[in-house]
Amino acid sequence: MTPEAKHLEVILDTHVESVNLAEEMCLRVAEAVGFSEDECYRIGMSVREGVINAFHYGNQEKPSKKIYLGVDLTQEKLIIHVMDEGKGFKLTDVPDPLAEENLLSTSGRGIFLMKAFMDEFDVVAGRTGGAEIIMSKKIPTGIKPSSNGDHGKSTNAAPKREA
Amino acid sequence: MPALYMTLREVGPVTIVDLSGRISLGEGSALLRKTIRDLLDAGQSKILLNLGDVNYIDSSGIGELVSGFTAVRNRDGQLKLLNLTKKVHDLLQITKLFTVFDVYNDEHTAVRSYS
Repeated sequence: MTPEAKHLEVILDTHVESVNLAEEMCLRVAEAVGFSEDECYRIGMSVREGVINAFHYGNQEKPSKKIYLGVDLTQEKLIIHVMDEGKGFKLTDVPDPLAEENLLSTSGRGIFLMKAFMDEFDVVAGRTGGAEIIMSKKIPTGIKPSSNGDHGKSTNAAPKREA
Repeated sequence: MPALYMTLREVGPVTIVDLSGRISLGEGSALLRKTIRDLLDAGQSKILLNLGDVNYIDSSGIGELVSGFTAVRNRDGQLKLLNLTKKVHDLLQITKLFTVFDVYNDEHTAVRSYS
Protein backbone atom coordinates (compact mmCIF):
# COMPACT_ATOMS: atom_id res chain seq x y z
CA MET A 1 0.00 0.00 0.00
CA THR A 2 1.31 3.41 -0.91
CA PRO A 3 1.09 6.26 1.61
CA GLU A 4 -1.88 7.57 -0.41
CA ALA A 5 -3.70 4.25 -0.33
CA LYS A 6 -7.02 4.08 1.46
CA HIS A 7 -8.68 1.18 3.17
CA LEU A 8 -12.27 0.73 4.21
CA GLU A 9 -13.68 -2.34 5.91
CA VAL A 10 -17.18 -3.14 7.09
CA ILE A 11 -18.67 -6.19 8.73
CA LEU A 12 -22.07 -7.12 7.38
CA ASP A 13 -24.79 -9.36 8.71
CA THR A 14 -25.70 -12.44 6.72
CA HIS A 15 -28.87 -10.87 5.41
CA VAL A 16 -30.30 -10.04 1.98
CA GLU A 17 -30.15 -6.33 2.79
CA SER A 18 -26.37 -6.58 3.18
CA VAL A 19 -26.16 -7.26 -0.56
CA ASN A 20 -27.77 -3.92 -1.39
CA LEU A 21 -25.77 -2.12 1.28
CA ALA A 22 -22.44 -3.44 -0.01
CA GLU A 23 -23.34 -2.58 -3.58
CA GLU A 24 -24.38 0.96 -2.69
CA MET A 25 -21.28 1.54 -0.60
CA CYS A 26 -18.87 0.42 -3.33
CA LEU A 27 -20.82 2.29 -5.99
CA ARG A 28 -20.30 5.52 -4.07
CA VAL A 29 -16.59 4.87 -3.82
CA ALA A 30 -16.37 4.00 -7.53
CA GLU A 31 -18.31 7.12 -8.50
CA ALA A 32 -16.12 9.30 -6.28
CA VAL A 33 -13.00 7.82 -7.84
CA GLY A 34 -14.22 8.76 -11.30
CA PHE A 35 -15.19 5.49 -12.92
CA SER A 36 -17.61 5.81 -15.83
CA GLU A 37 -21.28 4.90 -15.43
CA ASP A 38 -20.72 1.58 -17.22
CA GLU A 39 -17.72 0.72 -15.06
CA CYS A 40 -19.63 1.65 -11.92
CA TYR A 41 -22.38 -0.72 -13.03
CA ARG A 42 -19.85 -3.52 -13.48
CA ILE A 43 -18.18 -2.84 -10.15
CA GLY A 44 -21.54 -2.65 -8.36
CA MET A 45 -22.73 -5.87 -9.95
CA SER A 46 -19.47 -7.64 -9.01
CA VAL A 47 -19.69 -6.52 -5.39
CA ARG A 48 -23.29 -7.63 -5.34
CA GLU A 49 -22.38 -11.06 -6.72
CA GLY A 50 -19.49 -11.41 -4.28
CA VAL A 51 -21.70 -10.69 -1.30
CA ILE A 52 -24.48 -12.94 -2.63
CA ASN A 53 -21.87 -15.67 -2.87
CA ALA A 54 -20.80 -15.09 0.74
CA PHE A 55 -24.40 -14.83 1.93
CA HIS A 56 -25.73 -17.91 0.17
CA TYR A 57 -22.90 -20.33 -0.51
CA GLY A 58 -20.32 -19.30 2.09
CA ASN A 59 -22.39 -18.55 5.16
CA GLN A 60 -25.31 -20.74 4.06
CA GLU A 61 -27.63 -17.84 4.97
CA LYS A 62 -26.91 -18.40 8.67
CA PRO A 63 -27.54 -15.14 10.61
CA SER A 64 -24.89 -16.04 13.18
CA LYS A 65 -22.16 -15.65 10.55
CA LYS A 66 -20.70 -12.44 9.19
CA ILE A 67 -19.61 -11.11 5.81
CA TYR A 68 -16.47 -8.97 5.65
CA LEU A 69 -16.25 -6.38 2.90
CA GLY A 70 -12.97 -4.58 2.31
CA VAL A 71 -12.20 -1.82 -0.18
CA ASP A 72 -8.65 -0.73 -0.99
CA LEU A 73 -8.06 2.31 -3.12
CA THR A 74 -4.54 2.71 -4.47
CA GLN A 75 -3.13 5.04 -7.12
CA GLU A 76 -3.63 2.31 -9.71
CA LYS A 77 -6.76 0.39 -8.83
CA LEU A 78 -9.81 -0.21 -6.74
CA ILE A 79 -9.53 -3.54 -4.96
CA ILE A 80 -12.49 -5.26 -3.33
CA HIS A 81 -12.34 -8.12 -0.85
CA VAL A 82 -15.34 -10.20 0.23
CA MET A 83 -14.82 -12.76 2.98
CA ASP A 84 -17.25 -15.21 4.50
CA GLU A 85 -17.21 -17.70 7.37
CA GLY A 86 -17.96 -20.77 5.31
CA LYS A 87 -15.79 -23.67 4.27
CA GLY A 88 -14.10 -21.99 1.32
CA PHE A 89 -14.02 -23.20 -2.26
CA LYS A 90 -11.72 -23.56 -5.22
CA LEU A 91 -12.37 -21.80 -8.49
CA THR A 92 -11.57 -25.00 -10.32
CA ASP A 93 -14.55 -26.66 -8.62
CA VAL A 94 -17.04 -24.09 -9.93
CA PRO A 95 -19.04 -25.42 -12.90
CA ASP A 96 -18.85 -23.47 -16.14
CA PRO A 97 -22.24 -21.73 -16.55
CA LEU A 98 -21.66 -21.47 -20.30
CA ALA A 99 -21.39 -25.23 -20.74
CA GLU A 100 -24.34 -26.63 -22.67
CA GLU A 101 -25.44 -28.79 -19.75
CA ASN A 102 -25.46 -25.81 -17.37
CA LEU A 103 -27.21 -23.21 -19.53
CA LEU A 104 -30.57 -23.86 -17.91
CA SER A 105 -29.18 -23.98 -14.40
CA THR A 106 -30.95 -21.52 -12.10
CA SER A 107 -27.75 -20.64 -10.24
CA GLY A 108 -23.98 -20.56 -10.60
CA ARG A 109 -23.44 -17.41 -12.68
CA GLY A 110 -22.12 -15.09 -9.97
CA ILE A 111 -18.45 -16.05 -10.24
CA PHE A 112 -18.66 -15.86 -14.02
CA LEU A 113 -20.07 -12.33 -13.89
CA MET A 114 -17.41 -11.13 -11.44
CA LYS A 115 -14.68 -12.52 -13.68
CA ALA A 116 -16.26 -10.92 -16.73
CA PHE A 117 -16.81 -7.51 -15.18
CA MET A 118 -13.58 -6.98 -13.21
CA ASP A 119 -9.98 -6.70 -14.45
CA GLU A 120 -8.58 -9.14 -11.89
CA PHE A 121 -10.37 -11.84 -9.93
CA ASP A 122 -9.24 -14.56 -7.55
CA VAL A 123 -10.49 -16.65 -4.66
CA VAL A 124 -8.17 -17.52 -1.78
CA ALA A 125 -8.47 -18.87 1.76
CA GLY A 126 -9.61 -15.96 3.91
CA ARG A 127 -8.47 -15.05 7.42
CA THR A 128 -12.06 -15.57 8.57
CA GLY A 129 -11.81 -19.27 7.80
CA GLY A 130 -13.92 -19.15 4.66
CA ALA A 131 -13.34 -17.94 1.14
CA GLU A 132 -11.94 -14.53 0.26
CA ILE A 133 -12.88 -13.10 -3.09
CA ILE A 134 -10.38 -10.51 -4.32
CA MET A 135 -11.22 -8.47 -7.38
CA SER A 136 -9.95 -5.25 -8.80
CA LYS A 137 -10.56 -2.65 -11.46
CA LYS A 138 -7.91 -0.32 -12.85
CA ILE A 139 -8.55 3.33 -12.21
CA PRO A 140 -9.21 5.13 -15.52
CA THR A 141 -6.18 6.77 -17.10
CA GLY A 142 -5.79 10.40 -16.15
CA ILE A 143 -7.56 9.99 -12.84
CA LYS A 144 -5.50 9.72 -9.71
CA PRO A 145 -7.20 9.39 -6.36
CA SER A 146 -6.63 12.50 -4.30
CA SER A 147 -5.50 12.30 -0.70
CA ASN A 148 -9.07 12.43 0.53
CA GLY A 149 -10.38 10.22 -2.28
CA ASP A 150 -13.20 12.57 -3.30
CA HIS A 151 -11.68 14.57 -6.19
CA GLY A 152 -13.31 17.64 -4.81
CA LYS A 153 -16.79 16.21 -5.20
CA SER A 154 -19.25 16.33 -2.40
CA THR A 155 -19.66 12.76 -1.28
CA ASN A 156 -19.84 10.71 1.85
CA ALA A 157 -18.14 7.76 0.19
CA ALA A 158 -14.63 8.59 1.30
CA PRO A 159 -13.05 5.68 3.14
CA LYS A 160 -13.77 5.91 6.84
CA ARG A 161 -10.56 4.38 8.16
CA GLU A 162 -6.99 4.96 7.13
CA ALA A 163 -4.89 1.92 6.29
CA MET B 1 -32.79 1.00 -4.75
CA PRO B 2 -36.11 0.66 -6.56
CA ALA B 3 -37.98 -2.58 -6.22
CA LEU B 4 -39.68 -4.51 -8.98
CA TYR B 5 -43.13 -3.44 -10.12
CA MET B 6 -45.38 -5.27 -12.52
CA THR B 7 -48.76 -5.16 -14.16
CA LEU B 8 -50.53 -7.88 -16.09
CA ARG B 9 -52.60 -7.54 -19.24
CA GLU B 10 -53.98 -9.99 -21.75
CA VAL B 11 -53.61 -9.65 -25.48
CA GLY B 12 -55.43 -12.52 -27.18
CA PRO B 13 -54.18 -15.76 -25.68
CA VAL B 14 -51.03 -14.17 -24.28
CA THR B 15 -50.51 -12.69 -20.83
CA ILE B 16 -48.09 -9.78 -21.00
CA VAL B 17 -46.27 -8.97 -17.78
CA ASP B 18 -44.99 -5.39 -17.86
CA LEU B 19 -42.07 -5.15 -15.46
CA SER B 20 -40.16 -2.15 -14.20
CA GLY B 21 -37.31 -1.82 -11.72
CA ARG B 22 -34.81 -4.44 -10.67
CA ILE B 23 -34.99 -8.21 -10.83
CA SER B 24 -32.49 -9.05 -8.13
CA LEU B 25 -31.98 -11.12 -5.02
CA GLY B 26 -34.84 -10.63 -2.60
CA GLU B 27 -38.25 -9.20 -3.36
CA GLY B 28 -37.70 -8.72 -7.10
CA SER B 29 -36.84 -12.33 -7.81
CA ALA B 30 -39.51 -13.58 -5.41
CA LEU B 31 -42.23 -11.48 -7.03
CA LEU B 32 -41.35 -12.70 -10.51
CA ARG B 33 -41.34 -16.31 -9.29
CA LYS B 34 -44.73 -15.95 -7.63
CA THR B 35 -46.26 -14.21 -10.65
CA ILE B 36 -45.19 -16.93 -13.06
CA ARG B 37 -46.31 -19.65 -10.66
CA ASP B 38 -49.71 -17.98 -10.19
CA LEU B 39 -50.19 -17.64 -13.94
CA LEU B 40 -49.37 -21.30 -14.48
CA ASP B 41 -51.73 -22.33 -11.67
CA ALA B 42 -54.43 -20.28 -13.37
CA GLY B 43 -53.87 -22.21 -16.58
CA GLN B 44 -52.09 -19.40 -18.40
CA SER B 45 -48.95 -20.69 -20.05
CA LYS B 46 -48.40 -18.20 -22.86
CA ILE B 47 -46.40 -15.55 -21.06
CA LEU B 48 -44.55 -12.57 -22.45
CA LEU B 49 -42.28 -10.67 -20.06
CA ASN B 50 -41.91 -7.05 -21.10
CA LEU B 51 -38.53 -6.01 -19.69
CA GLY B 52 -38.49 -2.57 -21.31
CA ASP B 53 -38.30 -0.79 -17.97
CA VAL B 54 -36.09 -3.31 -16.20
CA ASN B 55 -32.76 -1.59 -15.78
CA TYR B 56 -31.00 -4.17 -13.66
CA ILE B 57 -30.84 -7.95 -13.32
CA ASP B 58 -28.34 -9.81 -11.15
CA SER B 59 -27.47 -13.52 -11.15
CA SER B 60 -30.45 -14.23 -8.91
CA GLY B 61 -32.75 -12.50 -11.39
CA ILE B 62 -31.18 -14.40 -14.28
CA GLY B 63 -31.78 -17.61 -12.35
CA GLU B 64 -35.41 -16.64 -11.88
CA LEU B 65 -35.87 -16.00 -15.59
CA VAL B 66 -34.39 -19.41 -16.37
CA SER B 67 -36.51 -21.04 -13.67
CA GLY B 68 -39.63 -19.42 -15.11
CA PHE B 69 -38.70 -20.44 -18.64
CA THR B 70 -38.30 -24.06 -17.55
CA ALA B 71 -41.46 -24.11 -15.42
CA VAL B 72 -43.56 -22.75 -18.30
CA ARG B 73 -42.01 -25.13 -20.78
CA ASN B 74 -42.76 -28.06 -18.47
CA ARG B 75 -46.44 -27.08 -18.71
CA ASP B 76 -46.20 -27.10 -22.51
CA GLY B 77 -46.27 -23.34 -22.50
CA GLN B 78 -43.99 -20.62 -23.79
CA LEU B 79 -42.26 -17.82 -21.90
CA LYS B 80 -40.74 -15.15 -24.11
CA LEU B 81 -39.02 -11.81 -23.56
CA LEU B 82 -39.85 -8.40 -24.98
CA ASN B 83 -37.95 -5.09 -25.16
CA LEU B 84 -34.62 -5.81 -23.51
CA THR B 85 -32.63 -2.82 -22.31
CA LYS B 86 -29.00 -2.73 -23.39
CA LYS B 87 -27.72 -3.88 -20.00
CA VAL B 88 -30.11 -6.82 -19.86
CA HIS B 89 -29.41 -7.67 -23.50
CA ASP B 90 -25.66 -7.69 -22.84
CA LEU B 91 -26.12 -9.79 -19.72
CA LEU B 92 -28.11 -12.43 -21.60
CA GLN B 93 -25.54 -12.30 -24.38
CA ILE B 94 -22.49 -13.00 -22.20
CA THR B 95 -24.30 -15.74 -20.27
CA LYS B 96 -25.34 -17.33 -23.59
CA LEU B 97 -28.99 -17.15 -22.57
CA PHE B 98 -29.82 -14.98 -25.55
CA THR B 99 -29.86 -18.20 -27.54
CA VAL B 100 -32.21 -19.87 -25.05
CA PHE B 101 -34.96 -17.26 -24.87
CA ASP B 102 -37.14 -16.03 -27.69
CA VAL B 103 -36.56 -12.29 -27.63
CA TYR B 104 -38.63 -9.64 -29.42
CA ASN B 105 -38.46 -5.90 -29.86
CA ASP B 106 -42.03 -5.52 -31.05
CA GLU B 107 -45.06 -6.51 -29.00
CA HIS B 108 -47.32 -7.27 -31.96
CA THR B 109 -44.74 -9.60 -33.49
CA ALA B 110 -44.11 -11.23 -30.13
CA VAL B 111 -47.82 -11.92 -29.54
CA ARG B 112 -48.25 -13.34 -33.03
CA SER B 113 -45.31 -15.71 -32.47
CA TYR B 114 -47.21 -17.79 -29.92
CA SER B 115 -48.50 -20.93 -31.55
